[in-house]
Amino acid sequence: MTMLRGLWKLTYLETKIFIREPLGLIGAVIAPVVVFVLIGRMAADGAEESETAALFLRVQLPVLAAVLIALNAVLSLITIVAIYREGGILKRLRTTPLRPQTILIAHVLVKLFMTAATLGLMMLAGRRYYPADLDGNLGGLTAALLLTTVTILSMGFVIASMVPTARFAQPIGSLVLYPMLALCGLFLPIEALPTALQPVARVIPLTYAVSLLQGIWLGHPWSAHLTDVGVLLLVFAGFTALSAKLFRWE
Amino acid sequence: MLPVIQVAAIRKTYGRLVAVDEVSFEVREGEIFGLIGPNGAGKTTTMECVEGLRTPDRGRIRVLGLDPARDVYRLQPRIGIQLQEAQLQKRIKVREAVDLWASLYDRPVDGHQLLAQLGLADKRDAWFMTLSGGQKQRLSIALALINDPEVVFLDELTTGLDPQARRAIWDLVRGIRDRGKTVFLTTHLMEEAERLCDRVAIIEHGRVIDVDAPAALVRRHCPDRSVVLATGDPDAERHLRALPRVSGIERDGSRITIRGTGDDLVTSVIQCLSEHRIRVHDFRTELPTLEDVFLTLTGQSIRD
Repeated sequence: MTMLRGLWKLTYLETKIFIREPLGLIGAVIAPVVVFVLIGRMAADGAEESETAALFLRVQLPVLAAVLIALNAVLSLITIVAIYREGGILKRLRTTPLRPQTILIAHVLVKLFMTAATLGLMMLAGRRYYPADLDGNLGGLTAALLLTTVTILSMGFVIASMVPTARFAQPIGSLVLYPMLALCGLFLPIEALPTALQPVARVIPLTYAVSLLQGIWLGHPWSAHLTDVGVLLLVFAGFTALSAKLFRWE
Repeated sequence: MLPVIQVAAIRKTYGRLVAVDEVSFEVREGEIFGLIGPNGAGKTTTMECVEGLRTPDRGRIRVLGLDPARDVYRLQPRIGIQLQEAQLQKRIKVREAVDLWASLYDRPVDGHQLLAQLGLADKRDAWFMTLSGGQKQRLSIALALINDPEVVFLDELTTGLDPQARRAIWDLVRGIRDRGKTVFLTTHLMEEAERLCDRVAIIEHGRVIDVDAPAALVRRHCPDRSVVLATGDPDAERHLRALPRVSGIERDGSRITIRGTGDDLVTSVIQCLSEHRIRVHDFRTELPTLEDVFLTLTGQSIRD
């Protein structure tokens, strides 16, 4: 109990504080939803006759949007941690009976909460304005996305441990995270990538996340994606252990 | 009575830099104890070792009988900490910070009353980023007091504040002591140490040079004092020169500066003036301060 003392209160507070950021809500929630719907409508014209376009609308775009939400959350976390460290906020919180891990778990929870809320809102907006039916497994997608987010967040903590100052947090985070998008199988199947890049794609955690998200959304059972889930859990455990070693509070 | 804080021969190094070396002192219950010295002398490192935020490489620390490195979770509820230049979340409201802190302790004091005492009642709904420097420091004190601690740690509390805000904070700190708490603070402002602290430890290059009440330190290390007076009496200088314990007299027109040692100097000068019916039209004493003590002990001014 003492371990988690203050966790709920801190999570609630950090959520409120995040929403007060001038671009907090717009960047994290509104922009992804709007972009999702707009791109969908732009792609809709070809969807009638083209199989590829239809697949893009029904599977790829929702999964891409979900992945972007997760990456967004991680980038935001890296920045927040860097700012909190630079301002002495992390150190200040550590002088209270809050356990160090509680402080970090609160931020993870805020991000998971925002991620789930954004996905929900996206689907809600999609029902009305999206040009295709969003009839995939939404509950499953949400669960898979939260697993994805928590895994990339663990990588985020390692990145946050290494950025020198808050000013570099956003650029360095983007530089590490976004290139993964190109190789994760979302835009090109891994088999279609240049041979030299295929092994790279296979070690990128995002590849397994995308495979899981697509499969679950399409209605595959979780048992068909045990490898994906296993890899993500392994990556999560590894990076969490690593960041426990590397994390700097000040 | 057991000292509230005992620090015995602690040492802390960062790589090859020796930040704190063989530092020892004790803080007694109910006093304001100051660790004074220039920036980089090792004040904050020492204080953070005592708070349990850092572990010294060597030496022994006891706070309220507990080892802060090992018993940090048993110690935390009984101490209050204000960190040097530590911020809070930019957009956290004053009220929210106080509520959060209060929720972390078993027996918090009334947060709203505390804010009122510290003059922050009308800032309850203000974001942290909109507060002035003095208001931020007062909030910081409020958070350090929320658990009704037995010992309060204040690190460079008034740095960056204007003189008026500084004086207000001094009054607050005296109030904390007067309610029976022990205050351990650091400062590089000698005036602050002199006016606020019951006892101080002078620290430089990671070593404690001396520990005592400010006035006692002045008496011990800077016994010289001077009386400056202005008179038209041509015989004044001769009479004054005959006084015991006068080490020098300078005359500049009608102004005479008498240098000597000991608390009696001023009395004997006054007696001499009245005995010889010397009329003076100006009279003041120049007493050494902690600033001078520091200069004497280290050969350099603390402002450098």
